[in-house]
Amino acid sequence: MRTFNYRRRKLVDQLMRGLSALATGCAVIPLIAIIGYVLTIGSGAMSWSFFTDVYQPPSNAPEATADAPAVAYDPNDPFANLTVEPEAGTTGSTEDVTNVYNASPRGGVLHGILGTLTIAGIGLLFALPIGIFAGIYLSEFRNERFATIVRFCCDVLSGSPSIVAGVTIYVLVVLQTQQFSAVAGSMALAILMIPIVTRTTEEMLKLVPETMREAARGLGAPTWYSTFTVVLPAALPGIVTGVMLAFARGAGETAPLILTVLGSNIISTDIFKPMAALPLLTYRYTESPYPGENTQAWGAAFVLMMLVLLMNILVRVATRKSGGNSR
Amino acid sequence: MERAMTLTRGIGFGELVGQRVKTGQLATVDANKIELRNFGFHYGSFQAIRNVSMSMPAHRVTAIIGPSGCGKSTLLRSINRMHDATEGARAEGELRLDGINVYDPSVDSVLLRRRVGMVFQRPNPFQLSIFENVAYGLRVLGIRNRTTLAERVEQSLRRAALWDEVKDRLHSSFGTALSGGQQQRLCIARAIATNPEVILMDEPCSALDPIASLKIEDLIYDLREQFTIIIVTHNMQQAARVSDITAFMLMNREKRYGELIESGPTDELFTKPSDKRTEDYISGQFG
Repeated sequence: MRTFNYRRRKLVDQLMRGLSALATGCAVIPLIAIIGYVLTIGSGAMSWSFFTDVYQPPSNAPEATADAPAVAYDPNDPFANLTVEPEAGTTGSTEDVTNVYNASPRGGVLHGILGTLTIAGIGLLFALPIGIFAGIYLSEFRNERFATIVRFCCDVLSGSPSIVAGVTIYVLVVLQTQQFSAVAGSMALAILMIPIVTRTTEEMLKLVPETMREAARGLGAPTWYSTFTVVLPAALPGIVTGVMLAFARGAGETAPLILTVLGSNIISTDIFKPMAALPLLTYRYTESPYPGENTQAWGAAFVLMMLVLLMNILVRVATRKSGGNSR
Repeated sequence: MERAMTLTRGIGFGELVGQRVKTGQLATVDANKIELRNFGFHYGSFQAIRNVSMSMPAHRVTAIIGPSGCGKSTLLRSINRMHDATEGARAEGELRLDGINVYDPSVDSVLLRRRVGMVFQRPNPFQLSIFENVAYGLRVLGIRNRTTLAERVEQSLRRAALWDEVKDRLHSSFGTALSGGQQQRLCIARAIATNPEVILMDEPCSALDPIASLKIEDLIYDLREQFTIIIVTHNMQQAARVSDITAFMLMNREKRYGELIESGPTDELFTKPSDKRTEDYISGQFG
């Protein structure tokens, strides 16, 4: 009887352990597959000009040199430089179409990189003060009933589809101003970022030991003073993580940007005009009929991933220096 | 009446500090700094302490002893209204600091805590440099002058017998990087930097080893010349060593609230206690 129970227990233990390991493996497979796939295919688009150049229309003409500069594409007057002469390296026959179709990808996504940084950055500027102060309120000055409502709304908002934020800003801003713009995109992203920043700030502040607040209170510090000098600095590394999470979420959103920033093929410095963004480029290039641009879609996705990763590492290194001591 | 003003709203920081220096010099040794009359404290429906009447003289060390759960800490923390932030916390009776009931609605708890400093059971330095830890209370008071800050920080660290150990790394080392005993002395330096009149100590040695504890005890003994010190302790030998006045508290077994059994000069309380329960406790015959 005893041996039987022991053997059975061992068996069940091993079975459960195996099942958990299997489930963990299944959970990681998509992640590894996505990263691996983006890496392999995206790396085909990698070249120096991919990071330094903007959109170039597909062509099998030789790369521009100092002697023969490429025909400049002016978005404000697309036909300005149009010539009836066949391009260099082409014969003017139908073969050219096939040649252009199969041409290796040209140009880069610099406009997308700058656009994403601008749009997500401005979005963070909107979201940071609101999110952090709301988090401070929820953790330090709470009125329990109001706080419960706010917390519930935050959770609903962070779980809602991002296109909802896009449609909202489309109706409230884009239609009102009759203008797609980077700022409108930032507003849509801010809507998605605020709940993340609010909730992480609140949770991180709650992790700060009560003894810290007591120490400051015992020295006659008003709550606002101790919050900004003691509690907030102690929670800073955690809050920064939340902010990075919000930035990553914003940088990766596509749907709200389609409805608000529209996209662009050039580097735009006017935030009140349409702008390019990496997720938008990824989306547009995927739909393109040119195989070269399809490859560039993977490249853009890869750059986006690396961009978020790089930001994460940079900010972590920066905050570790200031709060770097072990307890 | 002038003293009453310093506790209420609308008094500038400078005035508060100036007032403090003056009263510190004037205070007579025998004056009662704190007086409790039928003082009680509730957390919601739970009564933590009840009917405490005693006085704590100025420039003396008053020890509050008693078993766990008898309400010693509650009593100590109610002196500077640390419980204000706790939901449902409520006081009854009178707790007078220099004749002013600190639970009077006109008393501002922030200003009160600037006169009644506190040292906690576990050392709780801020995650700031040693210098900034000590300067914190001064900055709260609005002192920005670098020379003044440096002077006050040095003075406080010297009084807390920590100066020699940290003077070379005031700015380079975090307060949290010190040893436990040093952290507690840092917390004491932080508390005395603002020149409070009263310092409350909630079992300041319970997280420390015997040697560090002895250093703190020496410090307490020295500090009473300038401050009125109230200390809560589990350790009866410690109470006997450092205090002038001892109060013994016990939890009422039927009603579950803490009450004061007796208080008096430490020598008398330890040698000839007037209550049987005190005698049992100090002789170790208490469960």
